[in-house]
Amino acid sequence: MTILSIILLVLAAWLIFTFNGLVGLRNQVANAFRQIDVQLKRRHDLIPNLVESVKGEMKFERETLERVIQARAAAMSAGQGGNMGEILAKEGQLTQALGRLIALSENYPNLKSNESVKTLMEELTHTENQIGFSRQFYNDVVTKFNTKQQVFPTNMFAALLGFSPSALWELPADSPERENVKVNLSI
Amino acid sequence: MNIYEQQSANRRMTVLIMAVFVGFFLLLGFGFDYFYFGYRPLGGDEVRWNAAGYYEPVRSGAGLPFATIAALLIGGGMAVNGMVNGSRMVLRSTMARRVEPGGPENERRLLNVVAEMATAAGLPAPAVYVVPDADLNAFATGMSPTSSAIAVTQGLLEKLNREELQGVVAHEMSHIRNLDIRLMTLSAALTGAIALLSDFAGRSMRYGRSSGGSFGRSSSGSSRRGGGGAGALLFFALWLVLIILAPLLSRMLAMAISRQREYLADASGAELTRNPAALIAALEKIKAAVEPTAAINNGVAHMCIADPRGSLIEEKAGFAADLLATHPPMAKRILALKVMAYQGERPAAV
Repeated sequence: MTILSIILLVLAAWLIFTFNGLVGLRNQVANAFRQIDVQLKRRHDLIPNLVESVKGEMKFERETLERVIQARAAAMSAGQGGNMGEILAKEGQLTQALGRLIALSENYPNLKSNESVKTLMEELTHTENQIGFSRQFYNDVVTKFNTKQQVFPTNMFAALLGFSPSALWELPADSPERENVKVNLSI
Repeated sequence: MNIYEQQSANRRMTVLIMAVFVGFFLLLGFGFDYFYFGYRPLGGDEVRWNAAGYYEPVRSGAGLPFATIAALLIGGGMAVNGMVNGSRMVLRSTMARRVEPGGPENERRLLNVVAEMATAAGLPAPAVYVVPDADLNAFATGMSPTSSAIAVTQGLLEKLNREELQGVVAHEMSHIRNLDIRLMTLSAALTGAIALLSDFAGRSMRYGRSSGGSFGRSSSGSSRRGGGGAGALLFFALWLVLIILAPLLSRMLAMAISRQREYLADASGAELTRNPAALIAALEKIKAAVEPTAAINNGVAHMCIADPRGSLIEEKAGFAADLLATHPPMAKRILALKVMAYQGERPAAV
């Protein structure tokens, strides 16, 4: 009788411990996801300024600039829609359009010596890095959360306790971000 | 080992270090009590025939182990002081200046890089400082990840490009994330306390009551204590040796831990940026700048990315230099990172 109650007590303690650990991780995942969101917003706010200040110099790159603006609009509307796959795809396109713009801007020495453009480029690099690193952190936390749910014996209880694995932030297989940035340097 | 195992390993190491140092303090203090104040914890009392006609124990030496208590208080006080004021003292001693968002371009870049690394580590961004020194160096300070600071020298800010700066900041961020600074501050403070106490004990030897301490004082009636003369002498000799060696031993212990933490910060810094090549490039540049960092004194050496005494001392890879160096030789660190970079590149090459 005592042995049985001790076993039950240990089991209950383990269950509480596991549950609390999982709740903590789930909140970390949610927080890490918010962080990506914050950085994506930052990027959306930065783009109009950037395009405005390089427009004069880069008037021969109208197509590239327009692609950036369109990609930004598409990414913002996807963000409002809230569909995860949609957000991933559109933000991927925006990243690619921006990468192309940055690569092309290297060809304009006037732009490189312009103080405000330099500041904006630094801000853009910073934001791109922030997005990359917050994504990396999010994926690390999600991996931890999912592993914790999937190891034995937690895997038998995780679903019962109301936990489900979170999705990693990864690029869709046909994402344009997977392609290398192509820059035509011929004049 | 992942970050949580790292942190708990560091916490265990902190406790272990504390235990070793407390042991040192106890030995130093208790030896002092024993030989100078004639304190006997067990069976030291004499039994005398008192006026009322009873046998009554009488204390012969000091009633309390004053020196032991004093040693523990000094050690504890210095550790607490290091914990509470450490980062402020370090920053003031290097004349570091806080970087504000509205500064020149390279300072804004530094702030951005620090913010990026904080994001990668999932921590709040630490305060950023610049040390006015032309040499290339950087350090982190602060007792907890939420209240920490990263300082880089002016030279580092000017000579490194963005990626290399990121590598260095990632190294410092890992010191913060792995709770290395707490461990290093504690061991530095305790090493200082040991040096102070052993110096004090060694000096009072000269002014002590007769060279043998209280051997002569063991009060007249006790034959029991006289018999242990040889053993007590041996203990005294051991204690003397310990006093002389304590600063050296404690320093060696602290330095061994410091070197190990440096390798680890390199590795987890590379894990944050996923770019060991940038940290390699930064370390090569730091290595090439041989002159010592004048603004950073030796007390902060264990927190820096490279030994501020200049790489000339550090590169003497002899056994003795290895034992007392705060940092592993730069060549070994670069090699370890290169191995990491190579392993990272392999799958792509196949």
